[in-house]
Order: sequence, then structure tokens, then C-alpha cells
Amino acid sequence: MRRSRRSMAAERLSRLHVAGGFCLAALACLPFADLGLAGVDPWDALARMGAGLLRPDFSAVEDIFRATALTVGFALAGVTIGGMAGLVLAPFYHLRAVRIPAIALRSVHELFWALFLIAAIGLGPMAGVLAIALPYAGIFAKVFAEQIEEADPRPAAWLGPRADALTRFLWTRAPLALRPMWSYWLYRFECGMRASAVLGFVGLPTLGFQLDAFFKVGNYGAVSAVMMVYVILIATIRLWMRPRLVPLWIAAAFALLATIPVPPMGQGAILRALNDMTPAPIRGGDWAGLIPWLGDRLGDEILPGLASTLVAGQIALALTGLIAFLAFGLVVREVAGRAGRAGADLVLILLRSFPEYMLAYLFLQVFGPSMLPAVLALALHNGAIIAHLTGREAAGVTRGLRADAPRGLTLWGWELVPRLFGPFLALCLYRWEIILRETAVMGLLGVATLGFYVDTAMQQLRLDRALVLLIACGLMTAGVDALSRAIRARLRSPARHDIKPDTC
Amino acid sequence: MSLLRFRDETLGHGGRAVLSGVSLTLSPGERVVLLGRSGAGKSTLLAAMHDRLRAEMRVALVPQEHGLVPQLSAERNALMGRLDDHGAMHNLRTLIHPRAQDRAGAAAVLDELGLAAQAGQRVETLSGGQKQRVALARAFWRGGAVLIADEPVSALDETQGAQVLDRIAERFPTALVALHDVAQARAFATRIIGLARGRIVLDAAPGRIDNAAIAALYGG
Repeated sequence: MRRSRRSMAAERLSRLHVAGGFCLAALACLPFADLGLAGVDPWDALARMGAGLLRPDFSAVEDIFRATALTVGFALAGVTIGGMAGLVLAPFYHLRAVRIPAIALRSVHELFWALFLIAAIGLGPMAGVLAIALPYAGIFAKVFAEQIEEADPRPAAWLGPRADALTRFLWTRAPLALRPMWSYWLYRFECGMRASAVLGFVGLPTLGFQLDAFFKVGNYGAVSAVMMVYVILIATIRLWMRPRLVPLWIAAAFALLATIPVPPMGQGAILRALNDMTPAPIRGGDWAGLIPWLGDRLGDEILPGLASTLVAGQIALALTGLIAFLAFGLVVREVAGRAGRAGADLVLILLRSFPEYMLAYLFLQVFGPSMLPAVLALALHNGAIIAHLTGREAAGVTRGLRADAPRGLTLWGWELVPRLFGPFLALCLYRWEIILRETAVMGLLGVATLGFYVDTAMQQLRLDRALVLLIACGLMTAGVDALSRAIRARLRSPARHDIKPDTC
Repeated sequence: MSLLRFRDETLGHGGRAVLSGVSLTLSPGERVVLLGRSGAGKSTLLAAMHDRLRAEMRVALVPQEHGLVPQLSAERNALMGRLDDHGAMHNLRTLIHPRAQDRAGAAAVLDELGLAAQAGQRVETLSGGQKQRVALARAFWRGGAVLIADEPVSALDETQGAQVLDRIAERFPTALVALHDVAQARAFATRIIGLARGRIVLDAAPGRIDNAAIAALYGG
């Protein structure tokens, strides 16, 4: 009895120890991180940008309008196709033949899909749509399957065993799951909008492309205009994306995408891409050369890329936690006051609406190339998300407190932090995997994380090397996901109090 | 000839015995009402009888918690009563656009239960009593040799409840119904089974049971 109790205690992890451990690990990573300013004067860059940002310039309104429309178009087409594929796959998600491809599809980041598809089928509308649709199909399949599973089993039980499977599904499962599916689709569409904007940075004609183009010529007024349009677009999604209007929007999206010129594709381009994805020694018939080839990939690309991804990701994670921990109280009126709360909400909304990659791109213009822009962008974006979710929960907790509860900092420290530290930590651990995925992608901006090596391999049209690196990426996130799950399971207190992590 | 026979059986769910020493025989044409405090085992006994009977004959079920699909209309929920008579394609068509004769049949059943105006409404927008009647409509549309119903009139007022019980008596030759209103039970039943302390403690025609015996089911 005593033994088992002690071993139970050993399996339980203390929250403070876990949080402290992650912070120490981040400190240990600092000496290996390149966080310098790369010889740029950030104040000079900031002053020039600031001046432009305060004077938005809408003279390029036609370009901005088209890029905005195409951002919505790519997002909508990609999320629609991904959603339909997920809907078809969901009832079969318990089969390994469906589950494993779905996991593989969603383990590759949209930007990596885009690079891959551009290399395989050329820079056209199809590449952009599929870059969103393919990973989302894997996500939708999983989530829709869970939603169908969670639906009330009683109507199906009433039908009894004699009704066939399709009838049972269509009459007693699908109607129950349809509403959660719609709200998940809408949430995914918001994620798709961010992804679609970011696809512009690899050449698709969305807002990211406009942003990049204006930055390159130093037109900061136009940059400011693009960013404003983007924030308004994201903030108003739920106003214009109405269930009744969806068919109309989808038709318009496909019509618009059809106006993008399709790149000329030589005969058998896809076959050639498939051939290029086969490891070089095998293509040459030299099977024995495969092991040394993989050894080279491991030593030259995977291990260095992995190391800097983990280093940057760890620092970003600790900073994310720090920002969220300090900021979540600010969105509670009883802590920050009415004005303080409104200001905090606005800042958090801004930081949440810009995807990590776009923020990192902006910071890169200020701080010059190093890990610093990536780490800052990851920490601010993810910190804002966790602060928002924890703060929302904290506001609910505060409403339920006794009438004579303290206010201000005392409320935050004595009532909110003790109650919400557990779920807050769980959220940070949940975001860990997402932060690492995004850290890997930051390599496309020139930081030497895994994405840098993927990008290099793609540019040299060495699809075989890129494929191996993407597999390494997927294994890394799967490993971190498993580790995070294990830690979260051991942290879980008997009184479960989870925050739903429903944000991109 | 009997429809069903239990001999000194132990009934329960999830490995937990709720009723023990259950012995009873059900004959065609009987209208059996189960009485007893909540938790006495009425639902357990009904579930056991449903399991046994549906393997051999057509049974219509009205579960206590209805098992309706809240997002579908009252009409579609009623039409669910006959899904297992048809193949998947037939049912798919019914879901998208029911045939005229099915619509007419469902409408008649809903009208009989006072739901004509609510046929096209989603079940989640209906009141508790209306939902209960939709569950009854589904069982009526299904039809069969036996109706098994667990508290089918609990959310209806007295007059409505009495009318519904009359309809049940007209439509189904045999019925097994759990009720909590003793007057309704006496008016409807040809046989009353009382459950208490995990056993059957009462089993007779209503005329042969005095009020004290029924009060004892609910007391102490």
C-alpha cells in the first residue's frame, strides 16, 4: 500500500518543477542561440517603418484589393476541399489505412506543402489550394471523427441493430455532429486565412506577397495599408462568413482562382516530381549507397537543423509562458481596470491575428537576420493566444468569487494564479508542439532551423533531400507531442480544469 | 401461448444486479403497468423485456430519455420508426425528400398526438411535452405487436396523458408501460406489477390491488 502510494507520488509531477525545468532548459539554450542584431540599427529601421505605418498609403488599392480577395479565395477553396475530404474520411478514421495517411498529411506545415507543390506542379492556383487542403484534410478527418464519436449515442441505440450502417450514420450520427462540425469548419477557416496570407511569402499572390513586395521597395505606407486590411479582414470573419452565404462565397472563390494563370506544366511533371523524391542513390540503382546517403543527410542537415530548431523553440516557449503569465491578468477588468483591460485586449488581438511567420518577417526587417525575430514573433503570438485563453477563463473565475474578493494585483496573485496555473501550464505544453512546428518553418526566413535546409533542398530541386527533412520534421513534432502529452497526463490534478485550446 | 417468460432471473446492467428473483410470464393482449419508486428497477425490467422480445417480434420502444435527433424535424424523427424496414438508399431518399405516402402517414400520427402544427419544426425547439409526443409518434409510426414505454406521459398534463394512453391501447395489442400516476395506471392496465427492494412485490389485476398495497411501494 505504502509503496504504491509513494510510486504514485513519484509519477505525479509538481507544476512548479515542470515550469522551472522548462525555464532552466531555455536558459541553458541561450549560449547556443544566435540572438544578435546582425549589424543593423533597429532604431533607424523602426523610425522609418514607424513613420510609414502612421501614414497608411492606399494608392496601390487595386493590388491590395486583389491580394485580399485572393487571400480569402485560397483560404476558402483550401478549407472547403480539405473539409470535404475530411468529411468523407471521418467515418473510416478508426481504420489504420485512413488514420496513418491523415497523420502524415497534417504533420507537414502548409508552407512546406506549398514549397513541395510549387516544385512539383508549378506556382499556380492548384499549388496554393492544395497546400491548405492537404494538411487540413488530415486535421478535419481526425476532428470530425471525434465529433461523430462524441455525439449522443441514444438515437442510434433506438434504431437497434437491424438498420444498416449508412442509415444509422446519416439519420442518427451526422445530424448530431453537423453543428460542432460547422463551428469547427469556421474556426479552421480563420486558421486558413492566416495560412493563405503567409503563402504569399513563398510566391502565391496573397497579402503576404504584397507585404513582401512593398517592403522590398521600402513603401512603408503601403505596408501599413496591407496590415490594416489584413487585421480588419480577420477581425470581421464572423460577420461576413454566414452559413447562408457560404455556397456563394465558395463559388466566388473558385471563380476568382480560375483567373490566375496556370503555369505551363510539361508532360509528366508529377511523375518527374515523384521520381525526384526517390533518394538519389536508389535512383542510380545503388541500394548500398542509401545508408551513407542517409548518414550524410543526418550529419549535414537533420542534426544541425534539429539542434537549432530545438534551441530556438525552447527559448520561444519559455518566453511565451512568461509573456502569457504576466499578461493574462490584464484582460480581467477587476485586475487591470476598464481602460487597462480594453488596451490589453486590443494588443492581444493584434498579436493573435498576425501569424508567427508574418510577425517574424516584420521583425526581420527591424532586427536583421538572426534567431531574434523568430523567437520574438513566436513568443509574442503564442503568448498572446495563451494570455487570451487563460484571461477569458480568469474572467469567469472572477465572476464566481466571493463579493469581498480583492482586486488588482492581489486578485491576480492570490485568487487567479493559484487557480489557473495548472490549466495555464497545460496550455503552454499544448502549444509546445505548435511552437516547434512554426520554429522549423521560420527557417524559410533564413534562420538555420530545419526549414532552412528544406528550403535549400527545394531550391536546388533536390526533392529527395527535402522529403527526408520533412519526415524528420514530422518525427520531431510527433516526439514532442508525445512528451507533452505524457507530462500533461502526470500534471493532471484530480479536479480537472482544462481550458479548450481553440485558436490557431 | 406466452410472449415472454422469466424464471427466477437476475437482471441488471454493467454487471450490477438491480432486480433479483424475477419470474413473470407475459401473454398477448395484456397491458402491463410497472409501478415503483424511481430507482426501483422499472427501466431495467423494461430493457430486459425489450431485449428478449425484439429478437422475435416487432416491438416499438419509447425510452425515458426519448433518444430523438434534436436537429431533425418532428416529421423526420417520426419517420425514423420504419428505417430498419428499408435499405440504405431508400432511407437516404426519405431523409432528403420523404415520399408523399410516408409524409401523409407521419402527418396522421403527429396529428393524432396533437403535433400537426409542429411537424416541420426541429425537435430541439420543442417543449418537453412535445418532445415526448414526438417519441410516441415515432413508436406509433413504427407499430408492432408490443409497445414498450418508459414513463411515456410524464411530461403531459392529466387529460392529455389519459388520451395518449387510450391511443396506445387502441394501437398496440400488448403494452408494457412504466408509469408513476396510480390513477392512470389503474385506468390503463389489465395488470399491475409493483417493484420494491430489488424484487417484484406485487403482480395482479388492478381490481384486485388495494390502495394500501400500492402506497406501500412508495413508502418506507
